[in-house]
Amino acid sequence: MALEPAHLQHLARLARLELADADMESIRTRMEVIIEYVDQLKKVDVEGVPPLDNAVDLTNVRRNDEVQPGLPPEAALANAPSVAGPYFAVPRIIDAP
Amino acid sequence: MTDDLAFLPAREIAESVRSGKLSAAEVGRVHLDRIRRLDPKIKAFLSVRQNASPDASAGPLAGVPVALKDNLCTLEEPTTCGSRILETYRAPYEATVVSRLRAAGATILGKTNLDEFAMGSSTENSGYFPTRNPWDLSCVPGGSSGGSAAAVAAGLATVSLGSDTGGSIREPAALSGVVGFKPTYGRVSRHGLVALASSLDQVGPFARDVRDAALVMSVIGGHDPLDATSLPGPAPDYLGQLDRDPKGLRIGLPKEYFADGLDAEVRALVMTAIRTLEKRGARIVDVALPMTEHGIATYYVVLAAEASSNLARYDGVHYGHRTKVPAGLIEMMSKSRTEGFGPEVKRRILLGTFVLSSDRIDAYYHRAQKLRRLIARDFEKAFELCDVLMGPTSPTAAFKIGEKSADPLSLYLCDVYTVGANLAGLPGLSLPCGFTSAGLPAGLQILGRPLDDLGVLQAGRAVERELGPSGRRPPV
Repeated sequence: MALEPAHLQHLARLARLELADADMESIRTRMEVIIEYVDQLKKVDVEGVPPLDNAVDLTNVRRNDEVQPGLPPEAALANAPSVAGPYFAVPRIIDAP
Repeated sequence: MTDDLAFLPAREIAESVRSGKLSAAEVGRVHLDRIRRLDPKIKAFLSVRQNASPDASAGPLAGVPVALKDNLCTLEEPTTCGSRILETYRAPYEATVVSRLRAAGATILGKTNLDEFAMGSSTENSGYFPTRNPWDLSCVPGGSSGGSAAAVAAGLATVSLGSDTGGSIREPAALSGVVGFKPTYGRVSRHGLVALASSLDQVGPFARDVRDAALVMSVIGGHDPLDATSLPGPAPDYLGQLDRDPKGLRIGLPKEYFADGLDAEVRALVMTAIRTLEKRGARIVDVALPMTEHGIATYYVVLAAEASSNLARYDGVHYGHRTKVPAGLIEMMSKSRTEGFGPEVKRRILLGTFVLSSDRIDAYYHRAQKLRRLIARDFEKAFELCDVLMGPTSPTAAFKIGEKSADPLSLYLCDVYTVGANLAGLPGLSLPCGFTSAGLPAGLQILGRPLDDLGVLQAGRAVERELGPSGRRPPV
């Protein structure tokens, strides 16, 4: 399957990755090889086969809703590249009035 | 004496430490010294604890030196996953398997190298450096748990832990000449294992024989309330029940696992190992796993989909690398990810985004989940005819560093015999079955029914008993 450069750029945007122009062609070619390989799945008749999403077929494992010790805020923030008080800090997304 | 201590089985070290014949401190020192001398050549470790505090004198792993794949969370050092994006990340909690090892008296030596986020089969895709095969330093150790496999092979650690998503314990075990075990999905807690593909990932041990692997399994296995996919009940005493007469054991040989692409020397070594059990009264049965030809394609769609979702968390906000380039929020995230991830990780995230996009999800992801069901049914049918499946772990022995790095697809095909166990959740063991004429180890793979971890380990022990010790040590 051909993967158009515009399509690849769109995927990169969705995945929050930047593709340098210099790398575009090599990434596109490698992706095409892999997609062409996985396209073999289209030949298999899967009519009526129920999907398997996990091998143990567990669903909705529940526990009681009880307060338990969790990660203290200092520990949760310890690895953050930028903090402001007890919060994770990110670049401003709304202009100041 | 020093070198002999480095090749003692874990059970003997623990027994000697418990009885006072050896001190945990001495055992730890000997291994740290070997790491200092030998690891500059092998490069199995990403971090080493200089003052591992081995004061244990009790427990099933008393004083046993253990290495951990660096995607298992620990408190004492960074947990990098072999990625630059987590270069300075300090986990705020410890993986359940690590807590259990410590409680059993083990000495943690350090963290081992891996393909970035466990994506690879050669440990060349680490964001730091490639690891080398102790049997031939120009070859790869296999991957992605290549550091953990090489460390045990070279006597730098007595046992180690890895993770297996599509063969990442069994393939490096085969290529590095050690035992590697991937348990039934859910048998071992994934709490504190950094996720690659959550429905496939499983933690398991490396050891130099099946008995040590069984010993470690009894320590790390069993239910964990912190992992919702963890199976109920404690782990049995695998080691205590390990010796079992193979008489009457039905061994299935999947014909697809012996088809074109399998190296002739590896095939001969694997068949010789299997025949030793036939001589002891086991029965060989031919079986078919017709969906094997679609295993890799199914695996890569499922894996890429789950990995692209799991790796969305590396956004430069909560932890990990953030770009120094001034940027708005979205651009900050994109630049941080672009700078932090290596090329293979980016490819798989892009592939995952592709197979999950709304106009492709039926053709790829949903279809792959149906294929996954067909693959699991193949195994169910085969296990109506046999008790365990046996075959090669990997189509070839270790290949040269750089040999396959230009062609990701040829590297993916290394996993052709191993991905089935992950897709179907089965237990799988790789154990050494001899050496090729080039002096490289070959691995025998044994797969079992879901939850029959004990049966797989028993069959592996039976083969090991018949083959006897190889008497070889890596020439490092």
